[in-house]
Amino acid sequence: MSASTPSLPSRAEVLPPPTERYTVLGWLRKNLFSTWYNALLTVIFGVIVILLLRSVVEWALTQARWEVITANVRLFMVGQYPTAATWRAWACVVLLALLIGLSWGIWGRNQRAGAIAFGALPFVLATLAQDEARIALLITGVAGVIGFALSRWRGPQLQRISIIGWVIYFPLVILLISGFGGANSPLPLVPTNLWGGLLLTLLLTVVGIVFSFPLGVLLALGRQSSLPIVRALCVIYIEVIRGVPLITVLFMAQLMLPLFLPGVTIDRVVRAMAGIVLFSAAYLAENVRGGLQAIPRGQYEAARALGLNTWKMMLLIILPQALKAVIPILVGQFIALFKDTSLVVIVGLLDLMGIAKAVLAQPDFLGLQAEVYLFVALIYGVFCYLMSAFSQRLEARLSAGR
Amino acid sequence: MTEPNHSTDPIIICRDVHKWYGHYHALRGINMQVHKGEVVVIFGPSGSGKSTFIRTINRLEEHQRGEIIVDGIRLTHDVRDIERIRMETGMVFQQFNLFPHLTVIDNITLAPIWVRKWSKAQAEEIGMQLLKRVGIPEQARKYPGQLSGGQQQRVAIARALAMQPKIMLFDEPTSALDPEMIKEVLDVMTELADSGMTMMVVTHEMGFARAVADTMYFFDQGQIVESGTPEQIFGDPKEARTKLFLSQILSH
Repeated sequence: MSASTPSLPSRAEVLPPPTERYTVLGWLRKNLFSTWYNALLTVIFGVIVILLLRSVVEWALTQARWEVITANVRLFMVGQYPTAATWRAWACVVLLALLIGLSWGIWGRNQRAGAIAFGALPFVLATLAQDEARIALLITGVAGVIGFALSRWRGPQLQRISIIGWVIYFPLVILLISGFGGANSPLPLVPTNLWGGLLLTLLLTVVGIVFSFPLGVLLALGRQSSLPIVRALCVIYIEVIRGVPLITVLFMAQLMLPLFLPGVTIDRVVRAMAGIVLFSAAYLAENVRGGLQAIPRGQYEAARALGLNTWKMMLLIILPQALKAVIPILVGQFIALFKDTSLVVIVGLLDLMGIAKAVLAQPDFLGLQAEVYLFVALIYGVFCYLMSAFSQRLEARLSAGR
Repeated sequence: MTEPNHSTDPIIICRDVHKWYGHYHALRGINMQVHKGEVVVIFGPSGSGKSTFIRTINRLEEHQRGEIIVDGIRLTHDVRDIERIRMETGMVFQQFNLFPHLTVIDNITLAPIWVRKWSKAQAEEIGMQLLKRVGIPEQARKYPGQLSGGQQQRVAIARALAMQPKIMLFDEPTSALDPEMIKEVLDVMTELADSGMTMMVVTHEMGFARAVADTMYFFDQGQIVESGTPEQIFGDPKEARTKLFLSQILSH
């Protein structure tokens, strides 16, 4: 090879990086017993963890009276939602499984372990459940698998359909759950005072997210507006709401709205939803503003120089980048919103926490706080973890190729 | 008024343009006429107002006194007039300012689709022709962050050209580039000038100016100190400040 002509380096010159592979023992050695004081700390904390866990596990297996959960599962899930209409809630779950399966096959590549765990979940739960619930869970699992299989078979063609599916899913759920008309309509109306449990918690959360997100973005844009009145109104709104606790906003929504709108009766659940949306939007606006400020001025100038008007510039250039930058913060806020919905207890709604309190008041199950609250915590924990995991996937996906 | 050296009417007319930043008087009465197909090079020390001036042409900066008429449209506060002028003037920035969340081809087709209302297929066809013209059609599906500085600036030129502007504004297009990438961008600009595009270029690349410019303007302290053809400016500069500045940037 002559020295003057450049050519590709030969294989031998391009070495792969050293691989880091450990045996179990090697991993333990590196991470837990690398020095004498690390080894000491490992042993001490190991003993503490074992002591703590042992008593908890012992309690859970021998002393805990889990029948408080099994006897009230229905109450925890849907509250006093009428038995004759329970199938509607199940229909929502089955549809959700179908959509998740479909989307997972289209967008969620290389996540085999997660897909299997998620797909197996309904079947595992079905073994624990009885009667109708078992059948419904089995149908849910099958729906998820069908969705996944469909997307593997005809993925690209189904992309548009699944996006449309997600968009209409939300109003469809509201329609299914609330129903319309009298006793002889195909979907008789279920008044919102019968909504409860996890169903109510999830509905409050989803409505909160779906409506507060656009409102928050608008407020953030308004706060940056060059029109002084718009800007002032947005600033006042954001600062007032942020200066008030959520409980106060919920009380105001319950007590003040009827005063402002005499003669109009607004549903209690809707009033709570309005309170949550208005509260969450103010915080969202500040988080989105943080993302907007991270966008360099050159992006605005380039968009303007191409002749884009303000709305197109915001929708096509600025917001996509700003929102991507604040995904972790936004999801953190949505998780907080999910947990904050438990405050609706104080305005008399029976969400998951409200049901927990009601169950604890049953004469048969007095004094079983530990069991009930652990169960509720588990449900909250699972949903929060799912939201957080989803946001990490989304982030990784959106930053691909940059 | 200077005698027009082209037969056509001027496409850019600036009369007594002033601009202040707070109390700082950045532009102090700029008069300039640019004709169709003319290539204008603006040079001068930093802080001389040359970038500010070129940015007043498409209203990225607002002038506070005087008059700017672009392609027959007088620049005022009328937003629709401003957007019309921006459709007819492409701009290339020092820092490229590509949209990092869009692929190269989407960067180029965005404005034609959303402002000119072309179909996606039509916009992409013209986008690919432009990428070929600037020499990087194979990069169409990549993101800007995956390209070198020179490639990014060529994409930025293609993006500006995609709107089929009558005028191209270049604000120090090679100042942020590594030396070995300057030529590839200047080559594209030279080809563009040869094709008859009306161009206004703020640059320190004197080789480019000598080869391509019809008229050169030397800016200092917010004013035009001297103007003329490259032969006049390089061969026989009249003003002492012009001589000094040229000797400083040509000495190495």
